[in-house]
Amino acid sequence: MGSVGSDPATRHLAPTVERSVKVLVVGAFGVGKTTLIDAVSEIPVLSTEETITTASVGVDPARAAKSTTTVAMDFGRVTVGGTTALYLFGTPGQRRFWDLWAGLADGAVGALIVVDTRRLEESFEVLDQLEEHTRMPLAVVVNEFPDSPRHSGDAVRAALDLPAGTPVVSGDLRSRADAVEALQVLVGRAVELRRAEGGAAA
Amino acid sequence: MQTDGFRDHPVRSYVLTGGRAHPTRNTLRPETLLCAVDDGRELPASAGRHERALLETCRGTLALAELAAYLHLPTSLVAVLVSDLIDAGYLAVRSGVTHDLPGLDLLEEVLDGLRRF
Ligand SMILES: Nc1nc2c(ncn2[C@@H]2O[C@H](COP(=O)(O)OP(=O)(O)OP(=O)(O)O)[C@@H](O)[C@H]2O)c(=O)[nH]1
Ligand SMILES: [Mg+2]
Repeated sequence: MGSVGSDPATRHLAPTVERSVKVLVVGAFGVGKTTLIDAVSEIPVLSTEETITTASVGVDPARAAKSTTTVAMDFGRVTVGGTTALYLFGTPGQRRFWDLWAGLADGAVGALIVVDTRRLEESFEVLDQLEEHTRMPLAVVVNEFPDSPRHSGDAVRAALDLPAGTPVVSGDLRSRADAVEALQVLVGRAVELRRAEGGAAA
Repeated sequence: MQTDGFRDHPVRSYVLTGGRAHPTRNTLRPETLLCAVDDGRELPASAGRHERALLETCRGTLALAELAAYLHLPTSLVAVLVSDLIDAGYLAVRSGVTHDLPGLDLLEEVLDGLRRF
């Protein structure tokens, strides 16, 4: 009968992997979300077509017309420490996709915000959405393009009105090392916040 | 009886609310790890092609989102199929089922793992 893993395109996880976590990779259109995921992922970037029901925002909810849209979600995976699969979900920032966020944000380690400093203002829509997930650890990675103006972390934090202590790093997201560093910074931030919480609760 | 269960699927709508399909278990997330139960039991003859493809694809461990991508189906629909296959004993959740945020120990392990790249 069918052999194990009969489709060679299917990349199963190692049998030692027994748990999973996820991070969201968020940002405005074309900032480099997929580039980052691809740089880190141990499998080719995969995508799914999700159907979402969107209601027009800012309209009386009872009267708002609902329509159905398809949105492509891309994601990658990397096995860390031999027993944990880390998933990276690229999440579109546009307001009309916000419905998708609730289910995705649930249980996430945090969100890595990819920004392009040549058009920072395009990130505002994403940040508005993140404000609804106040407990979500955040880190910013500035995707450096050759003509990007250089800003300090403080300047980026201020421009984006991010919580104090939100780490800001920058790099070429086509480079695996830079992309991995951005992830380390996000997970490091999550650890820091969790420790602080634990301390406060104890 | 399971036969009818499988026939049910096209009727069940997979309305997306906040990225999830209803009805489904709230323990299923896009990153939930799944694996076919390897006990030699065959699906009933009435099982649909999506169920067959799903079990075939899931002979090794994969996350729900990966299954959806390989099957070219929305995650919300696959969640419904998966939920029924778990109930019928053909599929198992590999990762610990949790409603909580990842704990400190897990976060530290992930950070350690990333630092070793
Ligand atoms: N020069 C340079 N180009 C980059 C870099 N990162 C991404 N690009 C290019 O920028 C374009 C957009 O990158 P994507 O990774 O597709 O961006 P995205 O955020 O996934 O875009 P959407 O999913 O469409 O919102 C692509 O053509 C990339 O090749 C970088 O670090 N340097
Ligand atoms: Mg993309």
